[in-house]
Amino acid sequence: MIQIKNLSKYYGTTRAVYDLSLEVEKGEVLGFLGPNGAGKTTTMKMLTCYLPPSSGTATIFGFDILNDPMEVRKRIGYLPEKTPLYQEMRVDEYLRFVASVKGMAPPRVKPALGRVIEQCGLEEVHRRSIGKLSKGYQQRVGIAQAIISDPELLILDEPTLGLDPRQIIDIRTMIKNLGRDRTVILSSHILPEVSQVCDRIIIMNQGELVAVDTPDKLRARLKQVSVTRITLRRSDRSRGAREALLEMEGVLMVKEKSSPAQADTLVLQVESRPDRDLREGIAGKLVKEGFPLLEIFHEELSLEDIFIKLVTEEVNR
Amino acid sequence: MRKFAAIYRRELMYYFQSVTAYVTISIFLILSGYFFFSIFRYYNLISLQSIQNNTFSGNLNLIDGVIRPLMGNISIILLLLLPLLTMRLLAEEKKLGTFELLLTYPVPDITAVTGKFLSALTVYLIMLSGTFLYPVILMIYSEPEIPPILSCYLGLFLMGCSFISMGLFFSSLTSNQLVAGVATFGLSLFFLVIGWAAPFVGNTTSTILAQFSLLIHFDSFSKGVIDTQDITYYLLLTIFFIFLTLRSLESTRWRN
Ligand SMILES: Nc1ncnc2c1ncn2[C@@H]1O[C@H](COP(=O)(O)OP(=O)(O)OP(=O)(O)O)[C@@H](O)[C@H]1O
Ligand SMILES: [Mg+2]
Repeated sequence: MIQIKNLSKYYGTTRAVYDLSLEVEKGEVLGFLGPNGAGKTTTMKMLTCYLPPSSGTATIFGFDILNDPMEVRKRIGYLPEKTPLYQEMRVDEYLRFVASVKGMAPPRVKPALGRVIEQCGLEEVHRRSIGKLSKGYQQRVGIAQAIISDPELLILDEPTLGLDPRQIIDIRTMIKNLGRDRTVILSSHILPEVSQVCDRIIIMNQGELVAVDTPDKLRARLKQVSVTRITLRRSDRSRGAREALLEMEGVLMVKEKSSPAQADTLVLQVESRPDRDLREGIAGKLVKEGFPLLEIFHEELSLEDIFIKLVTEEVNR
Repeated sequence: MRKFAAIYRRELMYYFQSVTAYVTISIFLILSGYFFFSIFRYYNLISLQSIQNNTFSGNLNLIDGVIRPLMGNISIILLLLLPLLTMRLLAEEKKLGTFELLLTYPVPDITAVTGKFLSALTVYLIMLSGTFLYPVILMIYSEPEIPPILSCYLGLFLMGCSFISMGLFFSSLTSNQLVAGVATFGLSLFFLVIGWAAPFVGNTTSTILAQFSLLIHFDSFSKGVIDTQDITYYLLLTIFFIFLTLRSLESTRWRN
């Protein structure tokens, strides 16, 4: 449905997006994830036909962003990063304006207005002027203007930026509902958010695509080691535990991870091959040899770890 | 058309909601009113004297004595006020980022640009219509010729179009309203006075300069002469700057 082909964008000599290729299926909710300056906003600006790419192109529902920008624009709704709205207009006035500018026929405008006011929870504020609304409500108005023409593709640039936790939950639920019958592309810095809302995640860094996959697969694919964390009471008897663990079969590395705040415990992190769960063997050995074992557990690599790992690996490469 | 109307309506609403329009229109009417009454009183004085001295000359009439100097003054007020009206048109939206959003809607640039142009032109026409009062006052006291008055207004209308399109162009170049305003003022002043250099340069250059001068083209209108050459001059100037505006919007995108 959406094909991005070798898309690149340079601002002068700054490389913002480099050779990005990607396909998005109809009805998918896709999350762009990446640190500041990764090129998420730039990619979205190119997809919405605001910025022309330096090279490469994309087709959206069969229309090329360079050759058929008007056809593309008819089919997308866009929420820019900073939610630019006409502050002096009233919410309903503004949404009516957007509907007309998007070319909706007058008889369609009224029902559409009612629908987005309900969908975005604007019932109580639709007669107020936009400049007087809180950030959360302005964000809702921003989403409302994007969906008023019922577009097939919704592009939302950091839709939850600067909102309080409660508003974030509301907006996420809204996006999930919107994603049920249309394609959504959103960007974010927040991993849990993307993994909750999105079917697939794109990780970008310094303009390049680092990884694309479902949240689960991403987690599995990157689990190159299995990590077991062990806590011992720090005493004479705990000495030599590290060496004892290293002797075990399947153990790749043992790192000490004690925190200075807890001087009476010794924390060791055992890395082993991902296909082996060593918990039983480790516990048995430690107890048998008389080490003061307090805790043992298998660590799941969080998406956050994966993200940081991917991004830093990319930088070091 | 629907899209154009929506943009036009929003711009016009903004002018009146943000009091920009009221302030500009009132200042314009106060200043032009002041000029009208002082010119009118001066004219009365002169004509009274000439009657007393029995040197009444035929060329002393309302058009030459009142309307023409008044229109000259009005064009100077416009030079000062119209940049204030046009400077925000694109610069403000560019600064706020709303223009970016507007350009992702299925609207051709030309629709947005002409919508904005016509909204400023509308405010200008409302402003100008306030000055109809002055010829009406003249008609109460005397019998001025009507056609030269109408041609003067046509001239002012066309001159306003070219000032507004220049303003629109400078507004598209920057996101700083003040810069856009000052640049518009500078360029329109330049076009207004370019003819003054004519006597000091060679013959051909002088003819060319005169062709570019806003004032020289305005002159024939104020004499009651409607020449297609003058109309073409103003229209071309207007279209040229609207065209430049479109080009500048396009190039900002490619340059970015
Ligand atoms: N208008 C511009 N002119 C010059 N460079 C720019 C411009 N916009 C963005 N950049 C540069 O392009 C790169 C990518 O920026 P972009 O805004 O796309 O990142 P992002 O992933 O959206 O970041 P963030 O998470 O901070 O929003 C950055 O290095 C940025 O400095
Ligand atoms: Mg961004």
